[in-house]
Amino acid sequence: MSEAKTFSVIGKPLPKVDAASRVTGQAVYADDMLLPRTLHCRILRSPHPHARIRSIDTSAARRIPGVQAVITGADLPVKFGILPVTQDERALEHEKVRYVGDPIAAVAATDEEIAAAACDAIAVDYEVLEPVMSIDAALANPKDERIQDYGGPNNIHKLVALEFGDVDGGFARAEHVREDVFFFQGNTHLPMEQHSAIATYVDGKVTLWSSTQVVHYVHRALSKVLELPMNRIRVIGAAHGGGFGGKTDPFAHEIVVAKLAMITGRPVKCTLTREEVFYAHRGRHPVLMWVRTGVTKDGHITAMHFKSALDGGAYGSYGVASTFYTGALQTVTYDIPAYRFEGCRVFTNKPPCGPKRGHGTPQPRFAIELHLEKIAHDLGIDPVDMKRRNFVKPMTRTVNWLRVTSCGLEECTRRVMDASGYRRRERRPGHGMGFAISTYLSGAGTAIYWNDMPHSEVQIKVDRGGVTAYCGAMDIGQGSDSVLAAIVAEELGLQPRDVRLVTADTDTTPIDLGSYSSRVTFMAGNAALEAARKMRALLVEAAAAKMQCAPESISVGGDRIGDFSFEEASILAEARFGTLATAGSYTPPKIAGPYKGSGVGPSPAYSYSACVVDLDADHRTGLVHIKKVWIAHDVGRAINPLLVEGQVEGSVYMGLGEALMEEQTFRKGLHKWPSMLEYKSPTFLDMPDVKTFIVETDDPEGPYGAKEAGQGPLLPVIPAVSAAVFDALGVWIDEVPVTPEKIVEALRRKEKGEPPRIGPPRFPDIPYPVTIKVDPPPKELDLAAAPSI
Amino acid sequence: MRQSAQGYARLGLKKEVERPVDRHVLALDVNGERTELLLPVHKTLLEVLREDMQLTGTKHGCELGECGTCTVLVDGKPELSCLLLPIQLEGRAITTIEGLARGSELHPLQQAFAELGAAQCGYCTPGMLLAASSLLESNKRPSSDDIREALAGNLCRCTGYAKILEAVQLAAGRMA
Repeated sequence: MSEAKTFSVIGKPLPKVDAASRVTGQAVYADDMLLPRTLHCRILRSPHPHARIRSIDTSAARRIPGVQAVITGADLPVKFGILPVTQDERALEHEKVRYVGDPIAAVAATDEEIAAAACDAIAVDYEVLEPVMSIDAALANPKDERIQDYGGPNNIHKLVALEFGDVDGGFARAEHVREDVFFFQGNTHLPMEQHSAIATYVDGKVTLWSSTQVVHYVHRALSKVLELPMNRIRVIGAAHGGGFGGKTDPFAHEIVVAKLAMITGRPVKCTLTREEVFYAHRGRHPVLMWVRTGVTKDGHITAMHFKSALDGGAYGSYGVASTFYTGALQTVTYDIPAYRFEGCRVFTNKPPCGPKRGHGTPQPRFAIELHLEKIAHDLGIDPVDMKRRNFVKPMTRTVNWLRVTSCGLEECTRRVMDASGYRRRERRPGHGMGFAISTYLSGAGTAIYWNDMPHSEVQIKVDRGGVTAYCGAMDIGQGSDSVLAAIVAEELGLQPRDVRLVTADTDTTPIDLGSYSSRVTFMAGNAALEAARKMRALLVEAAAAKMQCAPESISVGGDRIGDFSFEEASILAEARFGTLATAGSYTPPKIAGPYKGSGVGPSPAYSYSACVVDLDADHRTGLVHIKKVWIAHDVGRAINPLLVEGQVEGSVYMGLGEALMEEQTFRKGLHKWPSMLEYKSPTFLDMPDVKTFIVETDDPEGPYGAKEAGQGPLLPVIPAVSAAVFDALGVWIDEVPVTPEKIVEALRRKEKGEPPRIGPPRFPDIPYPVTIKVDPPPKELDLAAAPSI
Repeated sequence: MRQSAQGYARLGLKKEVERPVDRHVLALDVNGERTELLLPVHKTLLEVLREDMQLTGTKHGCELGECGTCTVLVDGKPELSCLLLPIQLEGRAITTIEGLARGSELHPLQQAFAELGAAQCGYCTPGMLLAASSLLESNKRPSSDDIREALAGNLCRCTGYAKILEAVQLAAGRMA
């Protein structure tokens, strides 16, 4: 989309279409719903991290007045899981529990306190097993049985080993080789809204309203576990109180309330307590990483070898994808001519990890950015210059077959470097600046379950001037409804407020794979664009026929189609064509490489970000004060710059939280701080000024050239913080979060003449399989060429 | 798990639900409307607003007084409704998000939040707006630091607080 365009809606900083309901308290979130005769559900959860269940006695619970139903795993024996390869969860476990918080039984009662008391009255006889609480323990022979009965050896879940190009040759050619080990601690999404779901069973059909990011995946899981055809289940996304990846799996409580509604014939609601949300998790994997890179003496990368070990928690969740993601995108920012990736995910007796904003890529981004920074110091080259020398170029293919189309890395870097004054920064002990870059997907190029169907579909209905757009996409607060309305309005010559939206309802809206992997603007946006252009053509044809002129001469805009108001034109068109309904869909191009495991990483377009962090770090206390963050984000085109800025600022915020304070850790299987007070997250007072630059590169395949904005800008913030701490105090914190204790300890080591570093001492021996060697593709990208598979 | 099944046992709540609950008749003044209610004494204001009065605009994030989401105004001052008992509040003026707009005319803060994208998921928004409205009642021209300080008890995970700060400044300017 290279020609200059003028838009009437696209590019305008318009308020969100649902802004009024959000600021008046009128938006209806799942827990706000209270249907007549609603029963309240509580779930009994395991107090043990690892145990066999000998027996469950619910008889006392059933006798409590007000209790309407009690169910256990025997009532819901069918296993499910988000990935087809890891169907390892049950809504309620009746044989074995694998983490503190694993659901065992559920009660529906006339009020929540009775339901909780009934849970308390359920007697469970456990045979306690030795818990596995670390990566090292998971790699070793288990003292008792393994956590899961698949994967292996020991408690290994997944192993992968891939090699692209001549890695050994690349290292042989290198003039300097460096190895580093990094650790990224796990953390959680902490959405302000606890998960909540309410179900009814009427006329033999289940209806579920839930705080989910993907109505379609909940629909599939319900159908499987309830053993009902999908046409007897309707899933509706309630107003959403924040996801960040944490509401992308189907959850036990969603299945349980549906089952209890079927048993009792009454609506059943379950809202998790905040503590339960911490245990539901599916958040950032703790990842241990080893990286070895060869460079020429001027800093050009000749080869890279990257190893990761992910602490996955007790179940699969998205973990296989997360594992691949720790190795996939290194090559999308830096031109790495030869690359070996070995990944490993282990099971531990902790809540399952899954996707959190950036899914599997913030950890390696932290490692690789700091690693290159250290190489630049070894070589005596400016780290920004060295990174820049290795930037990928637009319209190229990476060594692991990923297709880079538009790429604004250079411009993003120039913007933050110029604005921050990084080169002229004040150099005094205790003050530092750090620079880092990143990339992220605009939607995954392949579906979670293999199929050839579109990833997003939009229908538009026009009736007597009223426009309604239908799409399965779920607005989780990022403004996806507003993006869809903007695209439809732009094409039909209207304003977004003129477009009524029906979204995230499996009965009334066509498929969309939901709000994750930054896919909605790109995929649902393209589907909306197609549907809207078809509708525009119908309206134009009818107006042209009435005006007795060529359709090409009809102008559309300002609520008018040719000589007619939009409403008049829609009446002409309906008279001419009958019902005015059009549809559009989006299927990503088949761009995965020709090797097993190539499904994770490809995206129709990648966003790019660059970031500079300015901070003061106190050498006595280790306290870090972030003074300012400059961030530039290549979004392709900002469909609504107000919303893009919101996504970028929110990403910076969440990145700072992860960099400095957020961590999800466990003691004897128990979460150390499962409350919002103890789990530290940045408050208003912790948030620095953020200067955002939107960079537009007009992607050839994005809607109006747009790419993603919601996840990419989080990624560079974390390494930039640690790089700035080094700049300030001369110590490397190779471990996230960068806490005052670590800084003080690193300074103490520096004083004693030890290496001035805090980080993991070593990377464990992992029985990676034989490496699959893949020939790299031609570097130049030909968009017109046939797909690779 | 602390509060779930095992926690209830430890706290003796099982016994609690099995004996008759004390109920009191109370009159609450919410958004200028007086409502008489028959309530168990242990119910929090948050629960009464949402469950007995259907005022679900007040949200909850933790129910432990940690996140600020459930903020309402009591006699114009921000309070956490999850930590208040209605029996403390007879004769006090309670304002919830439903009482901030005048009819269908938005409060200047609501208008500014909507215009500037200060509400993303919108879940912390009611509490944030009420805390901000209390600030603007007592401080017509707050500095950025005044705003940060006044809203430091209200967590938001979406916005990074940046657009919220701008929106409060915009509203303050318009109201001055």
